[in-house]
Amino acid sequence: MIRVENLSKYYGGTRALGPVSFEIADGETVGFLGLNGAGKTTALRILACDLRPSAGSVSVDGIDAVASPHEVRKRIGFLPENPPVYADMTVRDYLRFAGSLRGMKRADLDKRMPEVLALTHLEDRQDHAITTLSHGFRQRVGVAQAIIHAPKLLILDEPTRGLDPVQIVEMRSLIRDLKQNHTVLISSHILPEISQTCDRLLVLGYGALIGSGTEAELSAAEAAAPRTEAEVAAEIRQIVVAIQPVTARAAVTAVLSKLDGVSAVAEPIEQAGALTFTLSCNRDIRAAVSRAIVNGGWDLVRLDYVHGELENTFIRLVSGGTDARN
Amino acid sequence: MRATSIIFKRELGAYLRSPIGWVVAAVLLLVDGILFQTQAMGDKHLSADVLRAFFIYSSVVVGIAAIALSIRLVAEERQTGSIVLLNTSPVRDVEVALGKFLAALAFLAIMIAMTFYMPLLIKINGKVSWAHVAVGYLGLILFGAASLSIGLFASALARHQLVAAVVGAALLASMGQLFPLADKLDAPLKGALGQLDVWWIHFQQGFASGIVNVKDIVYYLALTYFFMLLTVKTLEAKRWQ
Repeated sequence: MIRVENLSKYYGGTRALGPVSFEIADGETVGFLGLNGAGKTTALRILACDLRPSAGSVSVDGIDAVASPHEVRKRIGFLPENPPVYADMTVRDYLRFAGSLRGMKRADLDKRMPEVLALTHLEDRQDHAITTLSHGFRQRVGVAQAIIHAPKLLILDEPTRGLDPVQIVEMRSLIRDLKQNHTVLISSHILPEISQTCDRLLVLGYGALIGSGTEAELSAAEAAAPRTEAEVAAEIRQIVVAIQPVTARAAVTAVLSKLDGVSAVAEPIEQAGALTFTLSCNRDIRAAVSRAIVNGGWDLVRLDYVHGELENTFIRLVSGGTDARN
Repeated sequence: MRATSIIFKRELGAYLRSPIGWVVAAVLLLVDGILFQTQAMGDKHLSADVLRAFFIYSSVVVGIAAIALSIRLVAEERQTGSIVLLNTSPVRDVEVALGKFLAALAFLAIMIAMTFYMPLLIKINGKVSWAHVAVGYLGLILFGAASLSIGLFASALARHQLVAAVVGAALLASMGQLFPLADKLDAPLKGALGQLDVWWIHFQQGFASGIVNVKDIVYYLALTYFFMLLTVKTLEAKRWQ
């Protein structure tokens, strides 16, 4: 349904996005994941025909977005980071206005309005002026305007931004409901938000597409580089440090490095009163690590075998990228 | 042009719902009334002179009101982010510009119509023709439309309403000083520049005096069209940035 080829966007001489290429099938719910400034909003604004790409092509249902933007706009509902609402209007009048702009006739609006108000739980607020609504309700109004014309493609840019925990849960539930009737694109820099609502992830970093696939596929990729994390009690570290501060830290590293199967030991990180060592290894060697730590006279407070966790994949992907935009 | 009608209704409703419309209307009527009492009726003896002075003072107030009404039309949407709805809807920029312009013009026309009690007082107590009254109001509407188009163009250029207000007011004031400026120049620049003036030649010497010149009507329509064209081109350029 959506085909993106070599898409790029430059602001002046600075590259904000691309070149990226991907396809999204009908009915999919795809999450754009990336840190702030990764190019998520730029990508979504281009897909929503709010921004012209500098290079490359975007087609929706085979229609070129640059050549025929209005045809594409008819098929898209877009919720930007800030809901595009008119504060002086009531919710109902605003939705009627938004639907009319998308070419809906009065009869179609009359029929669609109750469905949208029910879906977004705005029935009780439909006659309220938008200026009187909380941020959470405004966000719901933003979603409502995006779906009023029943678009095939729904684009939500950071839909839970600024919401409180209860509102976030409600918004996730709303997105799950929307998945049934729309192809949905969501952007976020918050991993749980994406992983709980999306079928597939596109990971952006420094404007480039640095990962793509389902959660299982990305986790499988992570499995190719498993690591063991060992945490040594701060109390022991402090005793050792009191005597020989440099060699104590190095001593643990040396012991762990000699273990069979360990290919590398990263620089230890002092965190929450403990030193965390990250070992790169090709199999689960927790038993050997625990024996080495205990035999060395240190207290082992945590031992994890990190294998295929999505969050680690995300961190590895975004931290592994390089900013080639300038 | 269906979108024009939709946007027209929304914008006209916005003037009626928000304080800006009522404040501008109240200020226009207050200042117009004060100027009528203190200036137009000052030391004039002929009722036709009083009516002419009324239209001259009213035109200044209408010009200021037009800028005040128009600066919010696009700049406010950029500030609040609501312009994204228009930008991502299948509507043409000319429809957006026209809908907004016509709404502001309709509201301005209502405000201008509410000043009618003053010419009516002159008519009842003096000796003026209805034609003079009608021509004066035609001039106010045409001058108001041109001023609105200038303000709308400034609003399309700017991201902030204050900037739009400064740009719009500066443009209108500058165009209203072309005739005095031309007076300091030699021909042929003198004649050409003088004819471009937005107020002295076409309003003060024409409509305010009850004189209808086709060239004055054509001038205001052309000026309005020119700035509307600039507005549409600016919206097009900024929409796809």
